[in-house]
Amino acid sequence: MMGWIDDRFPLTATYKAHLSEYYAPKNFNFWYFFGSLALLVLVLQIVTGIFLTMNYKPDSELAFASVEYIMRDVDWGWLIRYMHSTGASMFFVVVYLHMFRGRKPRELIWIFGVLIYLALMAEAFLGYLLPWGQMSFWGAQVIVNLFAAVPFIGDDLSLWIRGDYVISDATLNRFFAFHVIALPLVLIALVAVHLVALHEVGSNNPDGVEIKKKKDPVTHIPLDGIPFHPYYTVKDIVGVIVFLMVFSAILFFAPELGGYFLEANNFIPADPLKTPPHIAPLWYFTPFYAILRAVPPMFGSQFPGVVAMGLSIVVLFFLPWLDRSKVKSIRYRGPIYKTMLALFIVSFVGLGYLGLLPSTPVATIFAQVFSVIYFLFFLLMPWYTSIDKTKPEPERVTG
Amino acid sequence: MKRLKNILFLLAAVPVLAVASEASVHLDKAPVNLADQESLQRGARMFVNYCLNCHSASSMRYSRMEDLGLTEDQIKENLLFAAEKPGETMKVGMTKADGKLWFNATPPDLSVIARSRGADWLYTYLRSFYRDNTTLTGWNNVVFDKVAMPHVMWSLQGEMAPVHKKDGEHEVIERLELVKPGSVTLAEYDAMVGDLVNYLVWMGEPAQVQRKQLGLIVLAFLAIFFVVAYYLKKEFWKDVH
Repeated sequence: MMGWIDDRFPLTATYKAHLSEYYAPKNFNFWYFFGSLALLVLVLQIVTGIFLTMNYKPDSELAFASVEYIMRDVDWGWLIRYMHSTGASMFFVVVYLHMFRGRKPRELIWIFGVLIYLALMAEAFLGYLLPWGQMSFWGAQVIVNLFAAVPFIGDDLSLWIRGDYVISDATLNRFFAFHVIALPLVLIALVAVHLVALHEVGSNNPDGVEIKKKKDPVTHIPLDGIPFHPYYTVKDIVGVIVFLMVFSAILFFAPELGGYFLEANNFIPADPLKTPPHIAPLWYFTPFYAILRAVPPMFGSQFPGVVAMGLSIVVLFFLPWLDRSKVKSIRYRGPIYKTMLALFIVSFVGLGYLGLLPSTPVATIFAQVFSVIYFLFFLLMPWYTSIDKTKPEPERVTG
Repeated sequence: MKRLKNILFLLAAVPVLAVASEASVHLDKAPVNLADQESLQRGARMFVNYCLNCHSASSMRYSRMEDLGLTEDQIKENLLFAAEKPGETMKVGMTKADGKLWFNATPPDLSVIARSRGADWLYTYLRSFYRDNTTLTGWNNVVFDKVAMPHVMWSLQGEMAPVHKKDGEHEVIERLELVKPGSVTLAEYDAMVGDLVNYLVWMGEPAQVQRKQLGLIVLAFLAIFFVVAYYLKKEFWKDVH
């Protein structure tokens, strides 16, 4: 039976290459759980999304009520909807924690990863319009207007994105199409190449040493490698359960999570004539929103802020080349890198927090300081990683 | 792990700071208790009698009130004024245009009002109407200045008048004072509004009681699953050194 299939499709070979004979370092720690968790959340979002689509109506007259219909009249609709809304935020939690690792020779893995992150942001932004609440509407309005700040072509560009002069039924329909078909396809394709690239190079590990350098002379299996299946499958199951406990605690007992996962204002149907006093994007966008607002308008245009926000994401692509350190793992890095990283984390979280608040002069100054630190972390990286004192890397992983 | 702790600490500080920057009007704590079915039933009756003339709750079906311990016959006899069948949603006869014409604003649908406004806001708002002859309806509200809605429950609460105090240059309302008693005492009125808000919170998400019950079962299952998975992992990893 297997032989018949293997003659026509490399099933056994694929299984071996990616699971039973994919050798992963044996010393994965806490940070290495989030890759498989991200995959889990992706599947969860797709499956719950399919069921939501069965009852959701992408029509500006019906959308808001159809979400409430799902919450009340569809069997287990509330559960599916909350899984999807909690899953969206948890996706970003998992992805932000997942980004805390690995470089050379994993540049392509990183680039695919940043592309996944970009696609995920687009996916989340498009999906957030669908409930057609006040924050859906005005959040989309603010973001689409960013494109209007582009010199010369801005107005036409934003018109082209919206399909109308304001956010409208036309916008809702196209955002729905992109959210349920286009971007999920892009995401799945990117995740696939991200994994293929990873399995080509092999996983990094908390020590940052390449396990492929020390192989068993007879079997050619890395001495510090263990087969992904069963070792990491059973380990990841433990991680999945812990994650699901956090996920369920939010879903069942605080699905709004104090307004961070579901905003109170989004329970008001979209009203194009009533601008809410304070428009804040969802928490996972707020660091970039804060950078946007930190840059003052120049020559009567918001464009410099938009550029800064764009660069804050584009700069991520260059990270593997900005880092000139001799060692990969933070374990063997020096005090300068550790300080810069700590400052960066504080700035990123600080920006995220400020992005939630209404703009005030004091908040703007803080946002400007944090934005400068954010960019200096990247721009000065070639310099401070090359002068930093590093500890010698071990020959083998340290367990 | 130390770095992780620092990050978690920072993240933990975020909601604390957010609370510090909230709005200035003091809101009273609403006595929400979804386990109190009698309070929810009284609230439902208040809602149908006082709110459901101008405000719809178009996502809410009358029949869902069976979750509050009512039978279909009880719903039909006591609560079904504006519809024919219990399976219908809570709609009102007043059109959006009528609302605009009569009140200068369309009364919002109340299906999820407790989720957008919050229970404390509603509880405070419904107890903060006062006489103000400068407005269209003759009523004003401490929580929502120049609100288009008149004091619908004035016959219950009676008439309140503002007591002002000086705050620098401006005169601000310090508190409200009863000038013309209604059919119930202020304490009774507070309890009635409490029931109504309790009902509104329930109506905002009728599945929430079931949600929390199911949550406990799911977490208990995951806890058992965790123990099994943990020892399975330990068993497999015995030979990794």
